[in-house]
Amino acid sequence: MSRAVEESNRAMLRARDAMDRSYAEPLDVPALARIAHVSEAHFIRTFRATFGETPHRYLQRRRVERAMYLLVQTDQPVTEVCYAVGFGSLGTFSRTFREIVGESPSDYRKRQAAAAGVPSCFTKAWMRPSSAG
Amino acid sequence: MTMNSISRSQIYVLDQDEALDFYVGKLGLEVNTDQDLGFMRWLTVNVPGDPEHEILLEKPGPPALDPATAEQVRELLTKGAMGGWLCLTTDDARKTYEDLLAKGVDITDEPTERPYGIDFGIRDPFGNRIRIGQMYPRA
Repeated sequence: MSRAVEESNRAMLRARDAMDRSYAEPLDVPALARIAHVSEAHFIRTFRATFGETPHRYLQRRRVERAMYLLVQTDQPVTEVCYAVGFGSLGTFSRTFREIVGESPSDYRKRQAAAAGVPSCFTKAWMRPSSAG
Repeated sequence: MTMNSISRSQIYVLDQDEALDFYVGKLGLEVNTDQDLGFMRWLTVNVPGDPEHEILLEKPGPPALDPATAEQVRELLTKGAMGGWLCLTTDDARKTYEDLLAKGVDITDEPTERPYGIDFGIRDPFGNRIRIGQMYPRA
């Protein structure tokens, strides 16, 4: 029993790591399910049970977090940031960003100052917006 | 009272032989101590030439942890929530990255230019995070 849980957790973590690494690519559920070696339906259900949110939501929020990072750390125009983090259209990006962060990308950029230079695995883990708080 | 070094640190691993394959075989660390103490296998590694800084690769289990607690540790570890984290330095982050990529190591973060250096992230086979960096001299 316990071995099965561990193997499943590790496979889900491998898929989550792939999102953290390759968020800029057109990742989809079939590709992620292949990384985890499970069927698509099983993947969505198990990922959610393991990490408390669906893979789609995790990826969306990873992309928003990376956008927040680029908005503050670089001078790239908002349109470039949108495509750089894996969104397919500016409309979807702006709507999703506002939904999650509560303000537009350009307003967010004006308000934030650059953070201290800590390793990006921590920035990515702690700055990714979450509905859990 | 002045502390002057972090001499030993610990992370949990699910299997110590597999840990050796990864930390020694793939990352190129050296075995510092591998001794069966009877009650536990004391297994530590260090980066080549630096035996003063050891990492204990500890397997969670009884009698130190009761079976149910050990199982919780294993579950948290495999979902990346156990908190085990190592930061290693290298002379050439991009080359080390290419080497580890070729060895099939799980990459979590591509090499990135940061204010403190160039670094990238990997995951060990169990779920621990490792960061490998080519650091700039501190100001």
